[in-house]
Amino acid sequence: MHDAARKRSLRKLRENAAQCVIYSAVMLVSAVFIWLLIDLLRGGLSHLSWEFITELPRDAGRAGGIASILVSTLLILLVAVLTAVPVAWMTAILLAEFVATGSWFGKAVRFSLYVLAGVPSIVFGLFGNAFFCVYLGLGFSILSGGLTLACMLLPILASTAEAGLRAVPHIYRLTASALGLSRAAALLHLILPAAAPVMAAGLLLGIGRALAETAVLLFTSGYAERMPDSLLDSGRALALHIFDLSMNVPGGDEPAYASALVLVSLLLCINILAMKFAYGLQRSKLMP
Amino acid sequence: MPIDQWLPGVLRAGALIALLIMLFILIFLIGESWPVLSKLSIAQLVTDSSWHPLEGAYNLMPMLTGTVLASTGALLLAIPLGLASALFTLFYAPRYLAVSYKRLIELLAGIPSVVFGFWGLTVLVPLINQWHPPGASLLAGILVLTLMILPTVTVTAHAALAAVSDELARNAAALGLSRWGTIQGVMLPAAKAGISAGIMLAAARALGETMAVLMVAGNVVQYPETVFDPVRTLAANIALETAYAMGDHRAVLFVSGLLLMGLIMVFSALAEALEKQQHA
Amino acid sequence: MQEILRCLVVNSFCFVLAMGYAAQLGAQTKNTSQRLVVTGSSTIAPLVNEIARRFESTHPEMRIDVQTGGSSRGITEVRQGIAAIGMVSRALKSDERNLHAFTIAQDGIGVIVHASNPVTGFSRQQIADIYTGKITRWKVLGGADERITVIHKAEGRSTLELFVDYIQRRNSEIKPHVIIGDNAQGIKAVTGNPHAIGYVSIGAAEFEIRRGLPLRLLPLDGIAASVEAVRQGIFPLSRPLNLVTLGEPQGLALEFIEFARSPQVHDLVEAQYFIPVNAD
Repeated sequence: MHDAARKRSLRKLRENAAQCVIYSAVMLVSAVFIWLLIDLLRGGLSHLSWEFITELPRDAGRAGGIASILVSTLLILLVAVLTAVPVAWMTAILLAEFVATGSWFGKAVRFSLYVLAGVPSIVFGLFGNAFFCVYLGLGFSILSGGLTLACMLLPILASTAEAGLRAVPHIYRLTASALGLSRAAALLHLILPAAAPVMAAGLLLGIGRALAETAVLLFTSGYAERMPDSLLDSGRALALHIFDLSMNVPGGDEPAYASALVLVSLLLCINILAMKFAYGLQRSKLMP
Repeated sequence: MPIDQWLPGVLRAGALIALLIMLFILIFLIGESWPVLSKLSIAQLVTDSSWHPLEGAYNLMPMLTGTVLASTGALLLAIPLGLASALFTLFYAPRYLAVSYKRLIELLAGIPSVVFGFWGLTVLVPLINQWHPPGASLLAGILVLTLMILPTVTVTAHAALAAVSDELARNAAALGLSRWGTIQGVMLPAAKAGISAGIMLAAARALGETMAVLMVAGNVVQYPETVFDPVRTLAANIALETAYAMGDHRAVLFVSGLLLMGLIMVFSALAEALEKQQHA
Repeated sequence: MQEILRCLVVNSFCFVLAMGYAAQLGAQTKNTSQRLVVTGSSTIAPLVNEIARRFESTHPEMRIDVQTGGSSRGITEVRQGIAAIGMVSRALKSDERNLHAFTIAQDGIGVIVHASNPVTGFSRQQIADIYTGKITRWKVLGGADERITVIHKAEGRSTLELFVDYIQRRNSEIKPHVIIGDNAQGIKAVTGNPHAIGYVSIGAAEFEIRRGLPLRLLPLDGIAASVEAVRQGIFPLSRPLNLVTLGEPQGLALEFIEFARSPQVHDLVEAQYFIPVNAD
């Protein structure tokens, strides 16, 4: 009897200790991040205005706005996501649903994803420069930048999507097959919607990486800050603009902070939209 | 059903593209570093007296050490914090707090590394400098890397934990397990694969991170004696010198790119081995 | 359902098509439209970008693409024919004599310390001693009893080559505490650390001092570091900012180089804190 009471109090202690540790960790994390965000706001808010978003940059970015840079950034992102998403998700579906874990093809593909995840981003930049810009003759262009970024996004998108698909309970597949659904139908109507939130989370991670990327784009999409006319024009990405302003242009701190704010808000919008979409899809498919 | 017959083929084609890209990059890297691999001996990269490529000395070991130390330090900090964050949003926090905390983390996942580096340079480095000069140090690098990979760890751990079927959690509750008991005994083991995949992503990011580390870590090529000593990582070295490098120097930088890739692949292989052991 | 699948297939292969189409388009535009690629030094790139914008406004049918990545990249890509014009922020070396250089501006390099540092100046020997680790405390030079933080540039930068030449040492003899990439990073490192010493472009330093950052330029060989001293040609550490071409420039390239050296762009040169040159 006495022993049981001691065990219970010990368990209670452990329970409380765990809660304490988790709460303090979360508090620490939020404090640091809020500190960072406040610094960003304080640094950039005074420089931020409607004109900053709609005007072209002047005087190496110290004056004027970032309109052309925003357009370039979005185009690069569009190219990268449109290219990487189908390839990555097809790979993930193949790995999770169609290929036995031990098969040589599955192993080879998974291995190549590991390798790609391990390539430092600056090496992607050099590769993109050599392959897309020079070998394929695309030159410094939004297209080269986007395609190089797509290579970089592949492992992120594929591995998160595969994890999401594998997490779908096996009973779904068994039920679908018992009901006589084809595998494709089960995939489309059951498994993909169930995995959608995880896949969307992966997509967000990928978009975050793509928007933040500097080294890759320096060597592929280039440095030109004018408004792009086509996908074959060179265009400077927002992150590269921030890097240039903070490291290379004396007196560029304020527009750098302001550009960072724009970038972060852009990401927030994409985040919210993607999450809404993912949950909406799951609900409409699974609970009609 | 015809669709079931051609679907795997199409998916295979997609996966083949991933494979091809990997091959292209590998061929490119090896091709670019060939001058060094064939001419200089690999031993030189370990035994040379220092890293002064313009004077023909190519010792990569101090930078390899710096890379491993910075990433390990960041992982040691980010894994507990990230796991705690994920557990908090799923099991501890009231709904409104969980949602807003998750939004905060997702927002931070997208803050460009340049901004982290910039903030580290203007806020963290002077702070550390007051404590122990010169400020730009291994410690600053570790802290900035921790901030950068924390969202990755959190988001993937959250996704993996959320994907554990409700049934398991309910069974655990029905057996009278406490909250921490459920987490420790049921949820964490069930989500182990997803969590370790996330940690691997984070590790890859930490090892390969370039700009933020370059801005805060001081970039001196040396073996650090304390966390207050500056270090240079392999990725920062590539970023600092590639644009200015020619001939053998450039080739050695590509070798260091290969080395970095190898390092990350060792991590991945370890993770997979661990996972297999878990299932067996 | 089949439609959606077909969509997926079409999507996945569209990038292959796009690549082919774009390659073709790229080949076309290269032949027909007047496009000039300028690449090289990150110090010169912002200036040339501004010059290019003005040039385009008077020559609407032309396009100047300015890229950056360092002086060596400028030289490499001009040699390979990828870029028509390279930007090089130093005089050409002896093995680069086959290129043609056109100076568009002058820049000086000055030694900077924090504004709170009482030291007013030192000899070339003392600078060399600081950078080689023989003098490690400010006290020796009449300052506070604090460790000196030596800020140095990454290998391959033309600023570094000039500076190391000036103190007549080899780069491997220098014992830095922090290594930086570009000018603005050096300025941030010194403003964030009261005991630091570094060297940066004088124009950039003067601009930041005028903006009120706690920074001070020290005289070299008794000559005050200022844009004015560089203009008069008496300052010991200065460098030309060059545009280089492979062979005599012709057509559009010649036109652009002449424009970049003409008085029409002097205001732009001064706006970037460099010293214009007279093209005669």
